Amino acid sequence: MRVLICIKRVPAPGARINLTADGQAVDTTNLGFTMSPHEECALEAGLALVETHGGSATALTVGRPEAEEQLRYAASLGVTSVVLVPTDGNDWDPQRTARAITGAVEHLEAGADGSFDLIIFGNESADSGGFQVGVRVARALDRPVVTGAKGLTVDEDVASIRREIDGVQEVYELPLPAVVGVKEGINLPRYPTMKGRLTSRKATVDAINATGEAGGQAMVTLLSPPEVASHLVVLGDGVTAAPAVVDVLDELGLL
Amino acid sequence: MTVLALIEHDRGRLVPAALESLTFGRQLADRIGTELEAVTIGSTADGLAAHLGEFGAATVHQAHHELLADFSADGWADSVVTLIGTGNPHAVVASGTDRGNEVLAHVAARLDAPFVANVLPTGLETGADRNSPWHLTRVRWGGSLHERAVLHADVKLMTAALHRVDAERADTPGPATPAPFLPVLEERAAITIVRDRVERTAGVTLATASVVVGGGRGVGSPEGFAPLEDLAQLLGGVVGCSRAVTNNGWRNHTDQVGQTGTRISADVYFACGISGAIQHWVGASGAKCIIAINTDPGANIVTKADYAVIGDLHEVVPAIADEIRRRRD
Ligand SMILES: Cc1cc2nc3c(=O)[nH]c(=O)nc-3n(C[C@H](O)[C@H](O)[C@H](O)COP(=O)(O)OP(=O)(O)OC[C@H]3O[C@@H](n4cnc5c(N)ncnc54)[C@H](O)[C@@H]3O)c2cc1C
Repeated sequence: MRVLICIKRVPAPGARINLTADGQAVDTTNLGFTMSPHEECALEAGLALVETHGGSATALTVGRPEAEEQLRYAASLGVTSVVLVPTDGNDWDPQRTARAITGAVEHLEAGADGSFDLIIFGNESADSGGFQVGVRVARALDRPVVTGAKGLTVDEDVASIRREIDGVQEVYELPLPAVVGVKEGINLPRYPTMKGRLTSRKATVDAINATGEAGGQAMVTLLSPPEVASHLVVLGDGVTAAPAVVDVLDELGLL
Repeated sequence: MTVLALIEHDRGRLVPAALESLTFGRQLADRIGTELEAVTIGSTADGLAAHLGEFGAATVHQAHHELLADFSADGWADSVVTLIGTGNPHAVVASGTDRGNEVLAHVAARLDAPFVANVLPTGLETGADRNSPWHLTRVRWGGSLHERAVLHADVKLMTAALHRVDAERADTPGPATPAPFLPVLEERAAITIVRDRVERTAGVTLATASVVVGGGRGVGSPEGFAPLEDLAQLLGGVVGCSRAVTNNGWRNHTDQVGQTGTRISADVYFACGISGAIQHWVGASGAKCIIAINTDPGANIVTKADYAVIGDLHEVVPAIADEIRRRRD
C-alpha cells in the first residue's frame, strides 16, 4: 500500500515561549526544532502499515527549506521518499496550507506510483493547532476522513479506526483511499537506527511548488498569555518536609 | 441573522463543554444584537431543549435522521450546513473539544470557508455589519500562546476554547422553541458512521481525579512509580506522568498530562521529577494546587508551583505516604 504522512516543523520551546519583537513569530534563537508528537505517531503508523502490507511511505511537509531536517528525520525512520512544499516562512492560514497539500498530493498521484491508499495527518499541529487541515484535504480529494485515531489497522481495502472520546470508544471503517488524523498514544514511535541516520543524509528531497491561495483567516500578532503570579512556598528539603506536605493536604481536606 | 450554537452530546448526554460554548454563543449574540439559536443532532438529544432555554436559546433546531443515532462528523456537519443554508446565521459556535473542532472543520471544508479553532471570550471585535471582518483571540500551543487573528467570512465558524468561559444561565431564559428538521445528508454520512461503540464505565479518570500524583523522567523506571501509585491510592487519586515517561515506554499514554495528553482539573497535583516544560504545564495548570518535588530548585515547575519540596522523590514520596498513614492511625 502507498501511504503519505504529513508533518510540520515547529520550534521545541522548553520552559516558556518567547516572541520576536514584532510579535510575528516565536523567537527561535537557541531553540531546536521538532514536529508534534501526533506526527511522530503518524509516521510510526504509516511505517508499521507498510511493514505489514508492503508498499511505500512518503513524508510531506509544507514549510521553509529548513524543514528538510524533519523530512530527513522521517527518512531515517524508514520513509522512502520525502517531499517539501516550500513556503516563504510566513504563517500560512489553514485553508492555504490545505490547498497547498492538496495540490502537492494531486501532483504526486499523477506520477507513476499512482494514488495514496492512506494519507495520515497528526490530529492538530503543535504550534497553530487549527484542527482542520487533514479534514480539508480529505474533502478536496473527495475521500472519507476520521480524526482523533488511537488505533489504525488495514484489512484489504478497509481502514479500521478506533478512537476514544470522553470515555466512549468508537470504531469506524473507511473504504480506501482514505484520510486519517492520529493522536499520540496510538503507538510508541521508533527511534532512528544508525544505518537509518546515514542513509537519510543522502535522501533526495523532492520539492513541489504548490503555493495555495490564502484563506479568510489571518494571524495579526502573537501574544504571550498573562503570567500567573507565583505564590511559591518551599516546604523544605528532602524527607524532613513530609509533615509540612501533609499539613497542606490536611488544610485542603484531603486526609 | 442569528448566532447558532452546536450542542455537543453523546446519545443525549450533554457534554459539559456544550454549555460553555452556548454561553459563549449568547455573549456573542448579545454583542451583535441578535438571537441565540441552538442545534442538537439526532432525536436522542430532543430532551435537552428546555435546558438549553435556560441558557438563552430562543430556538432549538433538532436534526432528525436515521443515520444520526450516534455521533458522526459527516452527519453532524451536513446537518449544520443544511441549517446554514436555510437560516443564514451570522456565526456558528461549537465547543473546542475533539468532536466540536472536528465537526466545524468538516463544515468549513464543505463551505470552503475559514474556521477559527479555540477562540477566547476576550478581545472579540465583531464590526458594524455582516461583511465586516472580525478580530478575535485564539489559543495556540494548547494554550501556551495567544494569537490575534482577523476573520473574513460570510458565516463565521469558530469553536470556543475549553474552560475559558463559565457556563452561565441567561438572565432571561429563551423559549427554546423546538424546530425539528430533516438534514440533507451526503452519501458519505452512511459510510463514516460509528460501526462499533464501547462505553467505558469510567471510575476516577485522569481528567476528573481530585488528586493526581505525576511522575516524570526523574522517576527513572516503570518500577519507580510504585510509591507514586501508593500515594495516589492513599488519597483516592490517580497517577499521571510526563511525555518523557510515555516516550520511554514506562507508562501508557493514557496517563500523560499535557498538550498532547490530558488536561487535569485536580485539587492537588504532585509533580515528582518533572521539569515543567510548557507542553506539560498546559495540562497541569488546571490543578488548583501544585506541589513540586524536585532535586533542582531552579526547575520551571518549582518556580511555578504553589508548594515545593527540594529533594529526591524516591525518598520524599514514601515519606509523605508514611506521614499520612501515621496521622490517620
Ligand atoms: C509539541 C509538543 C508536545 C508535547 N506534549 C507534551 C505533553 O503532553 N506532556 C508532557 O509531559 N510533555 C510534552 N512534551 C514534551 C516536553 O517538552 C518535555 O520534553 C517533557 O515534558 C519533559 O518531561 P520531564 O519533565 O519528565 O523530563 P525532564 O525535562 O528531563 O525533567 C526531569 C526532571 O526531574 C528532576 N529529577 C531528576 N531526578 C530526580 C529525583 N530523583 N527526584 C526529584 N526530581 C528529579 C530533574 O531535576 C528535572 O526537573 C511535548 C513536546 C512537544 C514539542
